[in-house]
Amino acid sequence: MNIFKLSIKNIISKPLSSLLSLALLVFGIGIISLLLQLNSLIKTQMDNNLKGIDMVVGAKGSPLQLILSAVYHIDSPTGNISVEDAKKIKNNRMVGSSIDLLYGDNYKGYRIVGTDDEFLDLYDAKIKDGRKWEDPFEVVVGSKIHSKFGLKLDDELMSSHGLRETGEAHEDQLFKVVGLLEPSNSVIDQLIVTSPKSIWDLHAEHDHSGEEHDDEHDDEHDHEHDDEHDHEHDDEHDHEHDDEEITAMLIKFQNPMNIIQFPRQINEETNLQAAVPSYEISRLFKLFGFGIETLTYLAYLIIIVSAFSLFINLFNSMRDRKYEMALIRTLGSSRRQLSFMIIFESLILTTVGFLLGLLVSRLGVVFVSSLMEESLNYNLNSFGILNEELWLLILSIFIGLISSIIPALQVYNLNISEVLGDE
Amino acid sequence: MIKTEALKFNYNNQVSFNFPDISLNKNENLLIIGSSGIGKTTLLHLLAGLLQSNSGSINLYGQDISKLTQHQIDKFRGQNIGIVFQKPHFVNSLTVKENLQLAQYLGNKKDDSRIVDILSSLDILDKENKNPKKLSQGEKQRASIAMAIVNSPKLILADEPTSSLDDENCERVIKLLKKQASDFNAQLIVITHDNRLKKHFKKSIKL
Repeated sequence: MNIFKLSIKNIISKPLSSLLSLALLVFGIGIISLLLQLNSLIKTQMDNNLKGIDMVVGAKGSPLQLILSAVYHIDSPTGNISVEDAKKIKNNRMVGSSIDLLYGDNYKGYRIVGTDDEFLDLYDAKIKDGRKWEDPFEVVVGSKIHSKFGLKLDDELMSSHGLRETGEAHEDQLFKVVGLLEPSNSVIDQLIVTSPKSIWDLHAEHDHSGEEHDDEHDDEHDHEHDDEHDHEHDDEHDHEHDDEEITAMLIKFQNPMNIIQFPRQINEETNLQAAVPSYEISRLFKLFGFGIETLTYLAYLIIIVSAFSLFINLFNSMRDRKYEMALIRTLGSSRRQLSFMIIFESLILTTVGFLLGLLVSRLGVVFVSSLMEESLNYNLNSFGILNEELWLLILSIFIGLISSIIPALQVYNLNISEVLGDE
Repeated sequence: MIKTEALKFNYNNQVSFNFPDISLNKNENLLIIGSSGIGKTTLLHLLAGLLQSNSGSINLYGQDISKLTQHQIDKFRGQNIGIVFQKPHFVNSLTVKENLQLAQYLGNKKDDSRIVDILSSLDILDKENKNPKKLSQGEKQRASIAMAIVNSPKLILADEPTSSLDDENCERVIKLLKKQASDFNAQLIVITHDNRLKKHFKKSIKL
């Protein structure tokens, strides 16, 4: 038995009031820590995916939607633009480099993007196994997808139309896995990348054929034969169509200064839309930043209330246990030891509160991350302790000290003779 | 050896107590008897070092406790003095055994076998893991005696240990106190207004 153990026993002996103080603190710390975690995770993710993209060009619509769809691959695209219009922009001398993006299909909810080789370089994506796509319908698969579905080289993927899993399946045209990417901690981890031609071919063919194929060919042999036939057919078909479309274009400027003038010029003078990711994202953060700030203040308020509750808890138990305190003194405890018993009680509660708060916030991150992954195919994963959370620890200890200082002083100055004479 | 000289204590200038000198040899017990309001508890608190006298000296086993600092007195008390209060009190978040372990910790003595010895000599060993609140009145009284003697004190101070008891229980408790004191080589000083105790003590002082 020692003073520290005695403090723990005291806490356990009054579970309800201890639990109340603890719950408030856990709640407050948990909310702040969760907000900090999410904020930092989202910010790093967003920044990570933003580098190398100065401007996005796509169809008219919401600029934020364009950024979310073309840079983060989480919203629906605003529409398609013609290759011809895109070419005009590309040829502008202000444009340093550009990457086409073309959507149309998904594999089990993960987007298949038709794009240029430079797309891989944009995210420093390295091929772990296999090679880049060359022929149409060859794909390179992001790390999260191939590890989730256990995909290997030469596997064939059946895509479905649109950006959702529920779209109509393209049973007649399979994609072939020719490369697997290393994890890059950016959006490309959750993308399947192929050439634009794959998407054009797929949908050109799709428009022509249709449900016929689905019913006619059931066994595999027929199916292979059918593929060959389709290829020939598609080639002819492509020549007929000159008005090919892409979904969006990621652009890096020759000179960063162009960011002011060029997007406005496109928006005003063409039927295309230009959006600047860094601007849109900071606008987005401002939009929900207000909510985050309010929530943070609320959480601090809860922490202050928890400090009060802790103080009242200690103060009351001090009054109830006055005789106990006197008894402990007569048993030979010094005044300082007795004061430490009170301070320990408070510090144990706030430290446990801090740790439980972190636990709650981590569970929250896991929960939010699983939510986001399901609805957005977006993954947030990091469990490190942020610097701001160390401040929360210091805050917790501070609250433990502050709320115990008056009760501890009272115990220190307890007149044991008087208390014992009062019985 | 216990010796007090010209002990004086004032409560805020209006009430002041002058106590008769006490001189007690080793193995001698003492009954201090007096009616209420005459300063009995004050004297006990002075002897226990819970109060500081205004003048005079208290010499316990060669140590003048009026010259010790607060911290030193606390330690001295923990190691040498056991107190039995009128009403038994415990740390209620601890079991009987843990209360005794706490007393040992504060008195710098750790000895689990002694706890077992004392509890069995007081016939409450089967209650060691109970919360003191759950004990019967008689068991509480015995457990509080265990608290007083667990650190093998040289001196046991008892404050009105029998005043609320009927004759039968009064007899039982004072015998138990005396037996425990002699079994564990401690001196016993009982402070009371209870005249029934006179016959149990060879030496007594009237305040």
